[in-house]
Amino acid sequence: MRVWLRIFFVGGLISFRALFSWIRPSVYIPTLLLGPTTQILFFAYLGRTAHLKSDSWFVVGNAVQSASLAALFGMGFAIDGERWTQTLSAVLATPANRAALFLGRALPVLANAAVTASTGFVGGALLLGFRTPWSQVLPLALLLVLASFACTGLGMLVGAIGLRTRDVPIIANLTMAVLLIFCGVNIPLDKLPGWMSAVAEGLPMTHAIAASRRVADGASLGTVGTEMFVELGLGAAYLAVGFLLLRWFEQEGRRLGTLDRA
Amino acid sequence: MSSQLLRIARLFRAGFVINGKMLATSTFFMLIAVVQPVIFATIAFYMFRSGGRAGTLLYASLGAGMMGVWSTTLFASGGMIQWQRWQGTLELGVASPVSLPLIYLPFCVANSFTGAYALGATLLWGRLLFGVPLQLAHPWAFVLALPTVVISLSLLGLLLASTFVLYRNANAMSNLLEYPVWIASGLVFSTSILPGWSHPFSWVLPPYWGILALRHAAFGGNAWTPIGMALLLGGVSVVLATFTLRWFEHLARARATLALT
Repeated sequence: MRVWLRIFFVGGLISFRALFSWIRPSVYIPTLLLGPTTQILFFAYLGRTAHLKSDSWFVVGNAVQSASLAALFGMGFAIDGERWTQTLSAVLATPANRAALFLGRALPVLANAAVTASTGFVGGALLLGFRTPWSQVLPLALLLVLASFACTGLGMLVGAIGLRTRDVPIIANLTMAVLLIFCGVNIPLDKLPGWMSAVAEGLPMTHAIAASRRVADGASLGTVGTEMFVELGLGAAYLAVGFLLLRWFEQEGRRLGTLDRA
Repeated sequence: MSSQLLRIARLFRAGFVINGKMLATSTFFMLIAVVQPVIFATIAFYMFRSGGRAGTLLYASLGAGMMGVWSTTLFASGGMIQWQRWQGTLELGVASPVSLPLIYLPFCVANSFTGAYALGATLLWGRLLFGVPLQLAHPWAFVLALPTVVISLSLLGLLLASTFVLYRNANAMSNLLEYPVWIASGLVFSTSILPGWSHPFSWVLPPYWGILALRHAAFGGNAWTPIGMALLLGGVSVVLATFTLRWFEHLARARATLALT
Protein backbone atom coordinates (compact mmCIF):
# COMPACT_ATOMS: atom_id res chain seq x y z
CA MET A 1 0.00 0.00 0.00
CA ARG A 2 2.87 2.35 0.86
CA VAL A 3 4.46 1.74 -2.52
CA TRP A 4 1.09 2.33 -4.19
CA LEU A 5 0.70 5.66 -2.40
CA ARG A 6 4.30 6.67 -3.20
CA ILE A 7 3.78 6.01 -6.90
CA PHE A 8 0.43 7.77 -6.78
CA PHE A 9 1.55 10.96 -5.03
CA VAL A 10 5.32 11.29 -5.64
CA GLY A 11 5.27 9.72 -9.09
CA GLY A 12 2.29 11.81 -10.13
CA LEU A 13 3.90 15.03 -8.93
CA ILE A 14 7.26 14.30 -10.57
CA SER A 15 5.53 13.38 -13.81
CA PHE A 16 3.53 16.61 -13.72
CA ARG A 17 6.63 18.73 -13.11
CA ALA A 18 8.67 16.89 -15.71
CA LEU A 19 6.18 16.51 -18.50
CA PHE A 20 3.82 19.38 -18.14
CA SER A 21 6.14 21.92 -19.71
CA TRP A 22 3.65 24.74 -19.14
CA ILE A 23 4.92 24.69 -15.59
CA ARG A 24 7.43 27.41 -16.60
CA PRO A 25 6.04 30.77 -15.46
CA SER A 26 6.67 32.32 -18.87
CA VAL A 27 4.34 29.74 -20.39
CA TYR A 28 2.06 28.98 -17.47
CA ILE A 29 0.96 32.54 -16.71
CA PRO A 30 -0.04 33.67 -20.23
CA THR A 31 -1.59 30.35 -21.23
CA LEU A 32 -3.34 29.10 -18.12
CA LEU A 33 -3.77 32.06 -15.81
CA LEU A 34 -4.56 34.85 -18.28
CA GLY A 35 -6.08 32.75 -21.05
CA PRO A 36 -9.44 32.05 -19.35
CA THR A 37 -10.02 35.76 -18.69
CA THR A 38 -9.43 36.71 -22.31
CA GLN A 39 -11.85 33.97 -23.39
CA ILE A 40 -14.46 35.29 -20.95
CA LEU A 41 -14.07 38.86 -22.20
CA PHE A 42 -14.46 37.76 -25.81
CA PHE A 43 -17.67 35.83 -25.23
CA ALA A 44 -19.13 38.41 -22.85
CA TYR A 45 -18.72 41.12 -25.52
CA LEU A 46 -20.10 38.76 -28.16
CA GLY A 47 -23.04 38.05 -25.85
CA ARG A 48 -23.69 41.77 -25.41
CA THR A 49 -23.76 42.19 -29.20
CA ALA A 50 -26.08 39.21 -29.63
CA HIS A 51 -28.35 40.49 -26.80
CA LEU A 52 -28.24 37.00 -25.36
CA LYS A 53 -27.40 36.87 -21.64
CA SER A 54 -25.75 38.89 -18.90
CA ASP A 55 -21.98 39.14 -18.49
CA SER A 56 -22.20 37.00 -15.33
CA TRP A 57 -23.77 34.17 -17.31
CA PHE A 58 -20.75 34.15 -19.64
CA VAL A 59 -18.26 34.57 -16.79
CA VAL A 60 -19.50 31.44 -15.00
CA GLY A 61 -19.84 29.33 -18.16
CA ASN A 62 -16.44 30.17 -19.60
CA ALA A 63 -14.60 30.12 -16.27
CA VAL A 64 -15.82 26.60 -15.50
CA GLN A 65 -15.20 25.48 -19.08
CA SER A 66 -11.61 26.75 -18.94
CA ALA A 67 -10.82 23.89 -16.56
CA SER A 68 -10.89 21.72 -19.67
CA LEU A 69 -7.84 23.53 -21.07
CA ALA A 70 -5.61 22.37 -18.23
CA ALA A 71 -7.32 19.00 -17.79
CA LEU A 72 -7.37 17.83 -21.41
CA PHE A 73 -3.92 19.09 -22.37
CA GLY A 74 -2.48 18.17 -18.97
CA MET A 75 -3.62 14.54 -19.10
CA GLY A 76 -2.86 14.30 -22.80
CA PHE A 77 0.71 15.50 -22.33
CA ALA A 78 1.19 13.52 -19.12
CA ILE A 79 1.03 10.39 -21.26
CA ASP A 80 2.04 11.59 -24.72
CA GLY A 81 4.94 13.52 -23.19
CA GLU A 82 6.51 10.23 -22.13
CA ARG A 83 6.86 9.35 -25.78
CA TRP A 84 8.39 12.73 -26.62
CA THR A 85 10.96 12.32 -23.87
CA GLN A 86 11.46 8.68 -24.88
CA THR A 87 10.61 7.41 -21.41
CA LEU A 88 7.35 5.69 -22.30
CA SER A 89 8.86 2.23 -22.70
CA ALA A 90 10.84 2.60 -19.49
CA VAL A 91 7.75 3.65 -17.54
CA LEU A 92 5.62 0.85 -18.93
CA ALA A 93 8.37 -1.70 -18.36
CA THR A 94 8.17 -1.12 -14.59
CA PRO A 95 6.06 -3.48 -12.50
CA ALA A 96 4.35 -0.45 -10.89
CA ASN A 97 0.64 -0.67 -10.29
CA ARG A 98 -1.00 0.93 -13.29
CA ALA A 99 -3.82 2.50 -11.31
CA ALA A 100 -1.28 4.26 -9.06
CA LEU A 101 0.83 5.18 -12.09
CA PHE A 102 -1.89 6.75 -14.21
CA LEU A 103 -4.32 8.01 -11.59
CA GLY A 104 -1.41 9.61 -9.74
CA ARG A 105 -0.74 11.65 -12.87
CA ALA A 106 -4.34 12.79 -12.87
CA LEU A 107 -4.31 14.34 -9.40
CA PRO A 108 -1.98 17.33 -10.06
CA VAL A 109 -3.73 17.88 -13.38
CA LEU A 110 -7.07 18.05 -11.59
CA ALA A 111 -5.76 20.56 -9.04
CA ASN A 112 -4.22 22.66 -11.80
CA ALA A 113 -7.45 22.64 -13.78
CA ALA A 114 -9.37 23.97 -10.78
CA VAL A 115 -6.79 26.75 -10.27
CA THR A 116 -6.98 27.66 -13.97
CA ALA A 117 -10.77 27.86 -13.85
CA SER A 118 -10.73 29.98 -10.70
CA THR A 119 -8.62 32.65 -12.45
CA GLY A 120 -11.53 33.10 -14.84
CA PHE A 121 -13.78 34.09 -11.93
CA VAL A 122 -11.14 36.53 -10.66
CA GLY A 123 -10.75 38.03 -14.13
CA GLY A 124 -14.52 38.26 -14.52
CA ALA A 125 -14.83 40.01 -11.15
CA LEU A 126 -12.06 42.51 -11.95
CA LEU A 127 -12.96 43.31 -15.55
CA LEU A 128 -16.68 42.63 -15.91
CA GLY A 129 -17.95 43.30 -12.41
CA PHE A 130 -18.97 39.70 -11.76
CA ARG A 131 -20.24 39.38 -8.20
CA THR A 132 -21.52 36.51 -6.10
CA PRO A 133 -22.21 36.44 -2.34
CA TRP A 134 -19.15 35.46 -0.27
CA SER A 135 -21.17 32.56 1.11
CA GLN A 136 -21.27 31.09 -2.41
CA VAL A 137 -17.50 31.11 -2.97
CA LEU A 138 -16.83 27.80 -1.24
CA PRO A 139 -19.69 25.95 -2.97
CA LEU A 140 -18.49 27.37 -6.29
CA ALA A 141 -14.95 26.18 -5.53
CA LEU A 142 -16.33 22.70 -4.84
CA LEU A 143 -18.14 22.73 -8.18
CA LEU A 144 -14.93 23.80 -9.90
CA VAL A 145 -13.13 20.82 -8.41
CA LEU A 146 -15.99 18.58 -9.55
CA ALA A 147 -15.87 20.00 -13.10
CA SER A 148 -12.08 19.59 -13.10
CA PHE A 149 -12.45 15.98 -11.98
CA ALA A 150 -14.93 15.21 -14.77
CA CYS A 151 -12.69 16.90 -17.35
CA THR A 152 -9.62 15.09 -16.05
CA GLY A 153 -11.55 11.87 -16.63
CA LEU A 154 -12.12 12.94 -20.21
CA GLY A 155 -8.44 13.92 -20.35
CA MET A 156 -7.52 10.36 -19.36
CA LEU A 157 -9.43 9.19 -22.42
CA VAL A 158 -7.54 11.70 -24.59
CA GLY A 159 -4.26 10.54 -23.04
CA ALA A 160 -5.16 6.92 -23.77
CA ILE A 161 -5.77 7.76 -27.43
CA GLY A 162 -2.33 9.39 -27.30
CA LEU A 163 -0.87 5.91 -26.91
CA ARG A 164 -2.16 5.15 -30.38
CA THR A 165 -1.79 8.47 -32.24
CA ARG A 166 0.67 11.35 -32.34
CA ASP A 167 -1.98 14.06 -32.49
CA VAL A 168 -2.82 14.57 -28.83
CA PRO A 169 -2.86 18.41 -29.10
CA ILE A 170 -5.24 18.16 -32.06
CA ILE A 171 -7.55 15.75 -30.22
CA ALA A 172 -7.45 17.92 -27.09
CA ASN A 173 -8.24 21.05 -29.14
CA LEU A 174 -11.16 19.38 -30.88
CA THR A 175 -12.51 18.00 -27.61
CA MET A 176 -12.36 21.46 -26.08
CA ALA A 177 -14.24 22.82 -29.06
CA VAL A 178 -16.95 20.20 -28.61
CA LEU A 179 -17.30 21.20 -24.95
CA LEU A 180 -17.41 24.89 -25.93
CA ILE A 181 -20.25 24.37 -28.40
CA PHE A 182 -22.32 21.63 -26.75
CA CYS A 183 -22.15 22.20 -22.99
CA GLY A 184 -24.13 25.41 -22.67
CA VAL A 185 -21.00 27.48 -22.14
CA ASN A 186 -22.09 30.30 -24.44
CA ILE A 187 -25.32 29.04 -25.99
CA PRO A 188 -28.28 28.12 -23.76
CA LEU A 189 -28.97 24.40 -24.15
CA ASP A 190 -32.61 25.01 -25.10
CA LYS A 191 -31.43 27.07 -28.09
CA LEU A 192 -29.38 24.19 -29.50
CA PRO A 193 -30.89 21.55 -31.81
CA GLY A 194 -32.35 18.60 -29.87
CA TRP A 195 -29.59 16.15 -30.78
CA MET A 196 -26.93 18.60 -29.55
CA SER A 197 -28.69 19.05 -26.21
CA ALA A 198 -28.93 15.26 -25.92
CA VAL A 199 -25.19 14.87 -26.56
CA ALA A 200 -24.50 17.60 -24.00
CA GLU A 201 -26.19 15.53 -21.29
CA GLY A 202 -23.44 12.93 -21.64
CA LEU A 203 -20.51 15.37 -21.61
CA PRO A 204 -18.57 16.61 -18.62
CA MET A 205 -19.07 20.33 -17.90
CA THR A 206 -22.75 20.57 -18.89
CA HIS A 207 -24.06 19.77 -15.43
CA ALA A 208 -21.23 21.51 -13.58
CA ILE A 209 -21.84 24.73 -15.54
CA ALA A 210 -25.59 24.60 -14.95
CA ALA A 211 -25.05 23.98 -11.23
CA SER A 212 -22.40 26.72 -10.98
CA ARG A 213 -24.72 29.27 -12.56
CA ARG A 214 -27.44 28.49 -10.05
CA VAL A 215 -25.02 28.52 -7.11
CA ALA A 216 -23.50 31.82 -8.30
CA ASP A 217 -27.05 33.20 -8.26
CA GLY A 218 -27.42 32.21 -4.61
CA ALA A 219 -28.76 28.65 -4.68
CA SER A 220 -27.46 26.18 -2.11
CA LEU A 221 -25.46 23.07 -3.00
CA GLY A 222 -28.39 20.94 -1.90
CA THR A 223 -30.56 22.28 -4.69
CA VAL A 224 -28.04 21.27 -7.35
CA GLY A 225 -27.40 17.81 -5.90
CA THR A 226 -28.68 16.01 -8.99
CA GLU A 227 -26.36 17.95 -11.32
CA MET A 228 -23.42 17.29 -9.01
CA PHE A 229 -24.20 13.60 -8.84
CA VAL A 230 -24.47 13.30 -12.63
CA GLU A 231 -21.23 15.25 -13.14
CA LEU A 232 -19.47 13.01 -10.64
CA GLY A 233 -20.81 9.91 -12.34
CA LEU A 234 -19.79 11.14 -15.79
CA GLY A 235 -16.28 11.99 -14.56
CA ALA A 236 -15.88 8.57 -12.95
CA ALA A 237 -17.17 6.87 -16.10
CA TYR A 238 -14.77 8.75 -18.39
CA LEU A 239 -11.90 8.09 -15.99
CA ALA A 240 -12.70 4.37 -15.90
CA VAL A 241 -13.05 4.09 -19.67
CA GLY A 242 -9.83 6.10 -20.16
CA PHE A 243 -7.96 3.88 -17.73
CA LEU A 244 -9.24 0.67 -19.31
CA LEU A 245 -8.36 1.99 -22.76
CA LEU A 246 -4.87 2.86 -21.51
CA ARG A 247 -4.39 -0.70 -20.23
CA TRP A 248 -5.70 -2.16 -23.46
CA PHE A 249 -3.51 0.06 -25.67
CA GLU A 250 -0.53 -0.72 -23.45
CA GLN A 251 -1.06 -4.45 -23.83
CA GLU A 252 -1.60 -4.07 -27.57
CA GLY A 253 1.50 -1.90 -27.78
CA ARG A 254 3.54 -4.57 -26.01
CA ARG A 255 2.12 -7.34 -28.16
CA LEU A 256 2.73 -5.55 -31.44
CA GLY A 257 5.90 -3.68 -30.35
CA THR A 258 4.38 -0.33 -31.30
CA LEU A 259 4.56 1.65 -28.04
CA ASP A 260 7.04 4.21 -29.37
CA ARG A 261 5.93 4.10 -32.95
CA ALA A 262 2.55 5.78 -32.93
CA MET B 1 18.19 45.58 -62.31
CA SER B 2 15.64 43.37 -64.02
CA SER B 3 17.68 40.24 -63.26
CA GLN B 4 17.82 41.34 -59.62
CA LEU B 5 14.03 41.66 -59.55
CA LEU B 6 13.71 38.30 -61.26
CA ARG B 7 15.89 36.69 -58.59
CA ILE B 8 13.77 38.23 -55.85
CA ALA B 9 10.59 37.06 -57.56
CA ARG B 10 12.04 33.54 -57.87
CA LEU B 11 13.04 33.58 -54.22
CA PHE B 12 9.58 34.79 -53.24
CA ARG B 13 7.87 32.09 -55.27
CA ALA B 14 10.10 29.33 -53.86
CA GLY B 15 9.54 30.44 -50.25
CA PHE B 16 5.81 30.87 -50.76
CA VAL B 17 5.34 27.47 -52.41
CA ILE B 18 7.47 25.46 -49.98
CA ASN B 19 5.87 26.98 -46.88
CA GLY B 20 2.40 26.71 -48.38
CA LYS B 21 2.99 22.99 -48.97
CA MET B 22 4.33 22.51 -45.45
CA LEU B 23 1.31 24.21 -43.91
CA ALA B 24 -1.11 22.31 -46.12
CA THR B 25 0.23 19.02 -44.74
CA SER B 26 0.14 20.17 -41.11
CA THR B 27 -2.90 18.91 -39.22
CA PHE B 28 -2.36 21.62 -36.61
CA PHE B 29 -2.53 24.49 -39.10
CA MET B 30 -5.47 23.01 -40.92
CA LEU B 31 -7.18 22.85 -37.55
CA ILE B 32 -6.45 26.54 -36.93
CA ALA B 33 -7.21 27.69 -40.46
CA VAL B 34 -10.31 25.63 -41.20
CA VAL B 35 -11.80 23.79 -38.23
CA GLN B 36 -11.40 26.38 -35.47
CA PRO B 37 -12.99 29.26 -37.45
CA VAL B 38 -15.92 27.01 -38.32
CA ILE B 39 -16.35 26.18 -34.63
CA PHE B 40 -16.33 29.85 -33.64
CA ALA B 41 -18.62 30.69 -36.53
CA THR B 42 -21.06 28.03 -35.30
CA ILE B 43 -21.01 29.46 -31.78
CA ALA B 44 -21.48 33.00 -33.10
CA PHE B 45 -24.32 31.89 -35.42
CA TYR B 46 -26.19 30.23 -32.56
CA MET B 47 -25.56 33.18 -30.25
CA PHE B 48 -26.81 35.74 -32.76
CA ARG B 49 -29.77 33.57 -33.71
CA SER B 50 -30.67 32.91 -30.05
CA GLY B 51 -30.44 36.61 -29.32
CA GLY B 52 -32.88 37.34 -32.14
CA ARG B 53 -30.23 38.84 -34.40
CA ALA B 54 -30.27 36.34 -37.24
CA GLY B 55 -29.79 39.15 -39.77
CA THR B 56 -26.19 39.51 -38.61
CA LEU B 57 -25.05 36.01 -39.57
CA LEU B 58 -22.92 37.19 -42.51
CA TYR B 59 -21.32 39.66 -40.10
CA ALA B 60 -20.47 36.70 -37.82
CA SER B 61 -19.25 34.65 -40.77
CA LEU B 62 -16.80 37.32 -41.91
CA GLY B 63 -15.62 37.90 -38.35
CA ALA B 64 -15.03 34.21 -37.64
CA GLY B 65 -13.12 33.94 -40.91
CA MET B 66 -10.90 36.86 -39.95
CA MET B 67 -10.34 35.21 -36.58
CA GLY B 68 -8.89 32.25 -38.46
CA VAL B 69 -6.64 34.49 -40.59
CA TRP B 70 -5.32 36.16 -37.44
CA SER B 71 -4.79 32.86 -35.57
CA THR B 72 -2.90 31.31 -38.46
CA THR B 73 -0.74 34.41 -38.85
CA LEU B 74 -0.11 34.51 -35.11
CA PHE B 75 0.84 30.88 -34.65
CA ALA B 76 2.58 30.27 -37.98
CA SER B 77 4.48 33.55 -38.28
CA GLY B 78 4.95 34.11 -34.55
CA GLY B 79 6.64 30.75 -34.16
CA MET B 80 8.32 30.74 -37.57
CA ILE B 81 11.92 31.47 -36.52
CA GLN B 82 11.61 28.98 -33.66
CA TRP B 83 10.36 26.30 -36.05
CA GLN B 84 13.22 27.09 -38.44
CA ARG B 85 15.55 26.48 -35.50
CA TRP B 86 13.93 23.15 -34.63
CA GLN B 87 14.09 22.03 -38.26
CA GLY B 88 17.76 23.05 -38.48
CA THR B 89 17.15 25.39 -41.41
CA LEU B 90 17.64 28.72 -39.63
CA GLU B 91 21.42 28.68 -40.11
CA LEU B 92 20.99 28.09 -43.84
CA GLY B 93 18.63 31.06 -44.13
CA VAL B 94 20.88 33.38 -42.14
CA ALA B 95 24.03 32.28 -43.98
CA SER B 96 22.51 32.83 -47.42
CA PRO B 97 23.51 36.06 -49.24
CA VAL B 98 19.92 37.30 -49.39
CA SER B 99 18.68 39.52 -46.57
CA LEU B 100 16.60 37.84 -43.87
CA PRO B 101 13.39 39.85 -44.42
CA LEU B 102 13.39 38.81 -48.06
CA ILE B 103 13.76 35.16 -47.10
CA TYR B 104 11.02 35.12 -44.50
CA LEU B 105 8.52 37.49 -46.11
CA PRO B 106 7.23 34.82 -48.57
CA PHE B 107 6.90 32.42 -45.63
CA CYS B 108 4.72 34.94 -43.82
CA VAL B 109 2.63 35.59 -46.92
CA ALA B 110 2.07 31.84 -47.27
CA ASN B 111 1.05 31.69 -43.60
CA SER B 112 -1.60 34.38 -44.02
CA PHE B 113 -2.81 32.94 -47.32
CA THR B 114 -3.30 29.62 -45.56
CA GLY B 115 -5.27 31.57 -42.97
CA ALA B 116 -7.48 32.87 -45.75
CA TYR B 117 -8.90 29.33 -46.04
CA ALA B 118 -10.71 30.34 -42.86
CA LEU B 119 -12.79 32.96 -44.65
CA GLY B 120 -13.73 30.50 -47.37
CA ALA B 121 -14.56 27.84 -44.78
CA THR B 122 -16.79 30.07 -42.62
CA LEU B 123 -18.63 31.56 -45.60
CA LEU B 124 -19.25 28.08 -47.03
CA TRP B 125 -20.24 26.68 -43.60
CA GLY B 126 -22.64 29.57 -43.04
CA ARG B 127 -24.18 29.10 -46.48
CA LEU B 128 -24.60 25.33 -46.23
CA LEU B 129 -25.72 24.93 -42.61
CA PHE B 130 -27.30 28.23 -41.71
CA GLY B 131 -28.40 29.51 -45.12
CA VAL B 132 -26.36 32.72 -44.78
CA PRO B 133 -26.59 34.55 -48.12
CA LEU B 134 -23.41 36.02 -49.58
CA GLN B 135 -24.77 39.27 -50.97
CA LEU B 136 -22.06 41.88 -51.32
CA ALA B 137 -22.80 45.58 -51.58
CA HIS B 138 -19.47 46.28 -53.33
CA PRO B 139 -18.20 43.01 -54.86
CA TRP B 140 -15.14 44.60 -56.44
CA ALA B 141 -14.14 46.31 -53.24
CA PHE B 142 -14.52 42.94 -51.49
CA VAL B 143 -12.32 41.24 -54.09
CA LEU B 144 -9.66 43.90 -53.51
CA ALA B 145 -10.07 44.00 -49.74
CA LEU B 146 -9.49 40.28 -49.30
CA PRO B 147 -5.90 40.09 -50.65
CA THR B 148 -5.14 43.44 -49.03
CA VAL B 149 -6.14 42.06 -45.64
CA VAL B 150 -4.08 38.94 -46.18
CA ILE B 151 -1.01 40.90 -47.28
CA SER B 152 -1.24 43.40 -44.41
CA LEU B 153 -1.48 40.53 -41.94
CA SER B 154 1.47 38.82 -43.64
CA LEU B 155 3.56 41.92 -43.11
CA LEU B 156 2.47 42.07 -39.48
CA GLY B 157 3.41 38.38 -39.30
CA LEU B 158 6.96 39.26 -40.31
CA LEU B 159 7.09 41.70 -37.40
CA LEU B 160 5.73 39.03 -35.03
CA ALA B 161 8.30 36.54 -36.29
CA SER B 162 11.13 38.97 -35.70
CA THR B 163 10.05 40.00 -32.19
CA PHE B 164 8.73 36.72 -30.79
CA VAL B 165 12.12 35.19 -31.45
CA LEU B 166 13.41 37.06 -28.41
CA TYR B 167 10.79 35.29 -26.31
CA ARG B 168 11.74 31.68 -25.65
CA ASN B 169 8.18 30.40 -25.60
CA ALA B 170 6.70 31.99 -28.67
CA ASN B 171 3.74 29.62 -28.57
CA ALA B 172 2.72 30.87 -25.13
CA MET B 173 2.85 34.45 -26.42
CA SER B 174 0.73 33.37 -29.37
CA ASN B 175 -1.80 31.75 -27.01
CA LEU B 176 -2.00 34.97 -25.04
CA LEU B 177 -2.48 37.24 -28.04
CA GLU B 178 -5.19 35.27 -29.82
CA TYR B 179 -8.32 36.38 -27.93
CA PRO B 180 -7.13 39.94 -27.09
CA VAL B 181 -6.56 40.79 -30.75
CA TRP B 182 -9.92 39.24 -31.69
CA ILE B 183 -11.46 41.51 -29.05
CA ALA B 184 -9.50 44.70 -29.79
CA SER B 185 -10.03 44.32 -33.53
CA GLY B 186 -13.77 43.88 -33.06
CA LEU B 187 -13.87 40.91 -35.40
CA VAL B 188 -17.35 39.71 -34.39
CA PHE B 189 -18.62 42.80 -32.58
CA SER B 190 -18.16 46.50 -32.89
CA THR B 191 -15.27 48.07 -31.00
CA SER B 192 -17.70 50.78 -29.89
CA ILE B 193 -18.80 48.47 -27.04
CA LEU B 194 -15.22 48.28 -25.75
CA PRO B 195 -13.90 50.77 -23.17
CA GLY B 196 -12.71 54.05 -24.70
CA TRP B 197 -9.11 53.57 -23.57
CA SER B 198 -8.82 50.45 -25.75
CA HIS B 199 -9.68 52.22 -29.02
CA PRO B 200 -6.12 53.45 -29.81
CA PHE B 201 -4.95 49.82 -29.53
CA SER B 202 -7.58 48.85 -32.08
CA TRP B 203 -6.46 51.57 -34.50
CA VAL B 204 -2.91 50.22 -34.75
CA LEU B 205 -4.03 46.67 -35.49
CA PRO B 206 -4.25 45.69 -39.18
CA PRO B 207 -7.03 43.11 -38.42
CA TYR B 208 -9.21 46.01 -37.18
CA TRP B 209 -8.92 47.80 -40.53
CA GLY B 210 -9.09 44.50 -42.39
CA ILE B 211 -12.46 43.51 -40.95
CA LEU B 212 -13.75 47.05 -41.46
CA ALA B 213 -12.76 46.85 -45.13
CA LEU B 214 -14.49 43.48 -45.56
CA ARG B 215 -17.62 44.63 -43.72
CA HIS B 216 -17.91 47.88 -45.65
CA ALA B 217 -17.41 46.01 -48.92
CA ALA B 218 -20.05 43.44 -47.91
CA PHE B 219 -22.69 45.65 -46.29
CA GLY B 220 -22.00 49.03 -47.84
CA GLY B 221 -19.84 51.92 -46.76
CA ASN B 222 -16.45 53.30 -47.56
CA ALA B 223 -14.12 50.32 -47.91
CA TRP B 224 -11.23 52.32 -49.35
CA THR B 225 -10.09 54.08 -46.18
CA PRO B 226 -9.82 50.80 -44.21
CA ILE B 227 -8.04 49.17 -47.17
CA GLY B 228 -5.57 52.06 -47.24
CA MET B 229 -5.05 51.90 -43.47
CA ALA B 230 -4.46 48.14 -43.58
CA LEU B 231 -1.83 48.64 -46.28
CA LEU B 232 -0.23 51.53 -44.39
CA LEU B 233 0.03 49.53 -41.16
CA GLY B 234 1.41 46.60 -43.16
CA GLY B 235 4.07 48.93 -44.55
CA VAL B 236 4.97 50.15 -41.07
CA SER B 237 5.20 46.53 -39.90
CA VAL B 238 7.60 45.57 -42.67
CA VAL B 239 9.87 48.56 -41.95
CA LEU B 240 9.96 47.67 -38.25
CA ALA B 241 10.48 44.00 -39.05
CA THR B 242 13.46 44.81 -41.27
CA PHE B 243 15.16 46.52 -38.33
CA THR B 244 14.25 43.89 -35.75
CA LEU B 245 15.34 41.02 -37.99
CA ARG B 246 18.68 42.71 -38.61
CA TRP B 247 19.05 43.26 -34.87
CA PHE B 248 18.17 39.62 -34.16
CA GLU B 249 20.69 38.44 -36.75
CA HIS B 250 23.40 40.70 -35.34
CA LEU B 251 22.78 39.53 -31.76
CA ALA B 252 22.61 35.87 -32.74
CA ARG B 253 25.88 36.10 -34.69
CA ALA B 254 27.67 38.15 -32.01
CA ARG B 255 26.64 35.79 -29.21
CA ALA B 256 26.83 32.63 -31.30
CA THR B 257 23.31 31.70 -30.21
CA LEU B 258 21.64 31.30 -33.58
CA ALA B 259 20.86 27.61 -33.26
CA LEU B 260 20.17 27.69 -29.54
CA THR B 261 16.61 27.59 -28.31
